[in-house]
Amino acid sequence: MKRNGTKKPSGSKIEIVGMTETGPSRREFLTQSGRVVAGAGVAALLGNLGGWALSYAADKEPIKIGILHSLSGTMAISEVSLKDTVLMAVEEINAKGGVMGRKIQPVVVDPASNWDLFAEKAKQLLLVDKVAVVFGCWTSVSRKSVLPVFEKNDGLLFYPVQYEGEECSHNVFYTGAAVNQQAIPAVEYLMSKEGGGFKKFYLLGTDYVYPRTTNKILRAMLLAKKVPAANIAEEYTPFHHQDYQTIVGKVKKFSAGGGACVISTINGDSNVPFYKEFANQGLRAEDAPIMAFSVAEDELRGMDTSALVGHLAAWNYYQSVDTPQNKKFVADFKAYCKKNNLPDGEKRVTDDPIEAAYFGVHIWKQAVAKAGSIEVDKVRKAVYGSEFLAPGGKIKMDEANHHTNKPVLIGEILKDGQFKIVSRSKGLVKPEPWSEYTSPDKGCDWIKHQGTYQKK
Amino acid sequence: MKSVLSMVLLGAVSLWGAGQAVGAEGPRGTTAAPPLSFIDKALTDLSSGDQAKQDAAVLLLSEQGDPGLLPKLEEIRDNADRSVRLAIKPLMDLLKNRANLASSDADRRRSAAADLGSSGKPVVIPWLEAALAGESNRWVRYTIEESLALIRLASDNPDDKINAAAKLGELRSPNAVPALKELLLQAGATDATDQQKALANTARIAIEQIDIQASWANAFETIFRGISLSSILLIMSLGLAIVFGLMGVINMAHGELMMIGAYATFVTQECFKAYLPAGLFDYYFFMSMPVSFCAAALCGLILEATVIRFLYGRPLETMLATWGVSLVLIQAARVYFGDLTSVVAPSWLSGGAQVMVGVYLPYNRLFIIVLSILCVAGIYFLLFRTGVGLRVRAVMQNRDMSSCLGIPTRKVDAYTFAFGSGLAGLAGCALTLIGNVEPGLGQNYIVDSFMVVVTGGVGKLMGTIVASLGIGGLNKLLEPSFGAVYGKVLILVLVILFLQRRPSGLFTIKGRHADA
Repeated sequence: MKRNGTKKPSGSKIEIVGMTETGPSRREFLTQSGRVVAGAGVAALLGNLGGWALSYAADKEPIKIGILHSLSGTMAISEVSLKDTVLMAVEEINAKGGVMGRKIQPVVVDPASNWDLFAEKAKQLLLVDKVAVVFGCWTSVSRKSVLPVFEKNDGLLFYPVQYEGEECSHNVFYTGAAVNQQAIPAVEYLMSKEGGGFKKFYLLGTDYVYPRTTNKILRAMLLAKKVPAANIAEEYTPFHHQDYQTIVGKVKKFSAGGGACVISTINGDSNVPFYKEFANQGLRAEDAPIMAFSVAEDELRGMDTSALVGHLAAWNYYQSVDTPQNKKFVADFKAYCKKNNLPDGEKRVTDDPIEAAYFGVHIWKQAVAKAGSIEVDKVRKAVYGSEFLAPGGKIKMDEANHHTNKPVLIGEILKDGQFKIVSRSKGLVKPEPWSEYTSPDKGCDWIKHQGTYQKK
Repeated sequence: MKSVLSMVLLGAVSLWGAGQAVGAEGPRGTTAAPPLSFIDKALTDLSSGDQAKQDAAVLLLSEQGDPGLLPKLEEIRDNADRSVRLAIKPLMDLLKNRANLASSDADRRRSAAADLGSSGKPVVIPWLEAALAGESNRWVRYTIEESLALIRLASDNPDDKINAAAKLGELRSPNAVPALKELLLQAGATDATDQQKALANTARIAIEQIDIQASWANAFETIFRGISLSSILLIMSLGLAIVFGLMGVINMAHGELMMIGAYATFVTQECFKAYLPAGLFDYYFFMSMPVSFCAAALCGLILEATVIRFLYGRPLETMLATWGVSLVLIQAARVYFGDLTSVVAPSWLSGGAQVMVGVYLPYNRLFIIVLSILCVAGIYFLLFRTGVGLRVRAVMQNRDMSSCLGIPTRKVDAYTFAFGSGLAGLAGCALTLIGNVEPGLGQNYIVDSFMVVVTGGVGKLMGTIVASLGIGGLNKLLEPSFGAVYGKVLILVLVILFLQRRPSGLFTIKGRHADA
């Protein structure tokens, strides 16, 4: 339905946009536009030509893009910032004349932290609004819920959050970190001399797919590095868990004698009670540092940070990254929030997913400009291997596996909710959607293979 | 060039001064500060790039143990590459910790002693001994002794080792268990010497002592955790026990009244920050308690007057309407406050009191326990010792008869509801000490509160108290072995089974009732 379109000449505007995607590139079209205009009425009835004609009518029409982030419900706390970021990036691009001479018009929908609604809204964006690309999702479950929609309708999704890997979709570009770009380097850092040479690991997470998969990979990795199984503890809590007395008690016992650290994949509002209890029971960051994968600047601004100081986090970007483009990005973001009267205005901060959402828009724009089309297939090919000077430094989209080559940074939490960078990877880390520890025989490649393949 | 020279000169002068000071009161008393060139040479060796020289310099400087060197080292580190930074870090930590041993803050002294102990370097023994001599705080003394024994346990002198093992047993130090177990392993080897066996014997006794202590501590901690969780459940459910228990109103927005209490605390805190001198900040919490009570009570009053009063006796409609109200309140809070809302616990409620080796009682939890007891006492007093309470009970038992006797039932309803709501607000205020403040806060607690009230028996305050103690205690008993997720599932299953047997809960209202 979407691809071929109906060939009615009196199509609505929506159909016009849909047909534009199937038509030839704009440049080809312009050369023969005169002729086509003359015969527009007739040509419209002649199949594909009709598409060209109507796309002329739509020529300077804006390109629609979808934004699929929860604006209400539990995930709103995190996702609203991403929506703001994408809108800011769009504004930037439009201020410079848009792309291919066309402006970008964002279509914002609210899936309300409801996984079924995510699929429904994605369908609406692709089939009704006919957007060229969608920027969205935060939780893995929301991504899994929209995945079939994007694959069935050949849509394009830019997903900006670090995730557990084990996915290799033709229709998604992952601008956040794969496990080998966040969790694994973080644990390697803790094991290194520089990081403290820790020998015992307490894997603690909220009970859902991201922590479970990440910890599965980490456990395999630790065992591969000859850490005895007795030195690895693993524990999960329900969402919104508030009472961490028992768990902190266990950590205390586990860390007696030193050499122990906590790897936390605790999500959302459970973090504050956990860190508070940790500090109140007399545990210090020096005894057992907590390395977190879900605590970034944006979460920290809603927390009393006094209990978190000295603990660690692993990301690919921090607001404190010292580059000129980052200074500008942070200032722009604050100014954007202030100008648009967003909650907290100037006090807003940037963090890893915000940066990933931001450069995702720019990567897409570059690809569209390069391909000279918004057709999913052409854009996709143009994205492969493309580079962008992101706020945190240059990043590179992978040549084949739809993920992003990014640097890895370990940061220490400071009193003001910012991070001091204590370690950074040499150059960019190549993404591995399938971890070498849990799926050594699997790879992800859309050039030489059809997505996930068996390594020989 | 000139600036470098002057820096070196300055550094040298400050070194001289610091060296003198340490020499005068340092552990080795009589040692005069060594010649300057000696230290300077070591400092330059640090960044020479020659591994052997570097190691020697680090060793020498840590033996010197002069915290006055820190600024100098800091400067070297700033200009050095990674390998030098890695080499200097342990040295700097050592010196910093030594300086911290003389800090006026007991926590700091303690941290420093623990860090020096885990560094395992014999150089620190005289520093710790000197600190021990002048230390009066019980737990700092404990940590220093523990650190000393741990370092001696790792030494080569067999007598020292045995003494240290015995001392660690005496100290009941859980931190020593891995090292002691290592000794047992060594003695278990076929080529173990008699010395090693004797040491292993001492170690075995020490481990036993530590284990006994640990099981006592564990039992004590479990009880405390149970009481603490119970007090939180209790303070959450008290308001509901009145609104749902006494009045029979199923108020789904009850959690949001807690949320309002929490935000009232936040607003009070911000006001203190903005308008009052910083010295008074720690007292904001006293102010926030009445403020959050009043704010939530006011909201309750409005809610009662605009929604609930039209729906008395129609539980299903009440449930739906109040659920709608709760959604409105959540989104309103999200729009108005955003998510930049952290409540900073006052300093007197952070940290914990150490009562045994490894057992801390966090002040915030102690505070909530006391607060919940005061609330219960207050409610009992109000309901059973005052005229207002008498009227409330009369209306709840038999509305028509009370009305006939001239009690303004409409007013009593409104006040009772407001009081229950105010208690929810107070609970919200207390919960800011444990968790964070966010719009969905109430949702986390509402199910637990209903569970407590229903299990306890609707309409009986005593039931709520006993049920929260039971559920809280049971939860903490089950959690260590089943984990947080299954512990909670198991509790729910047990509650369901219990309610199957006794549908009306633990305590039932006996006697004649209008609605019985």
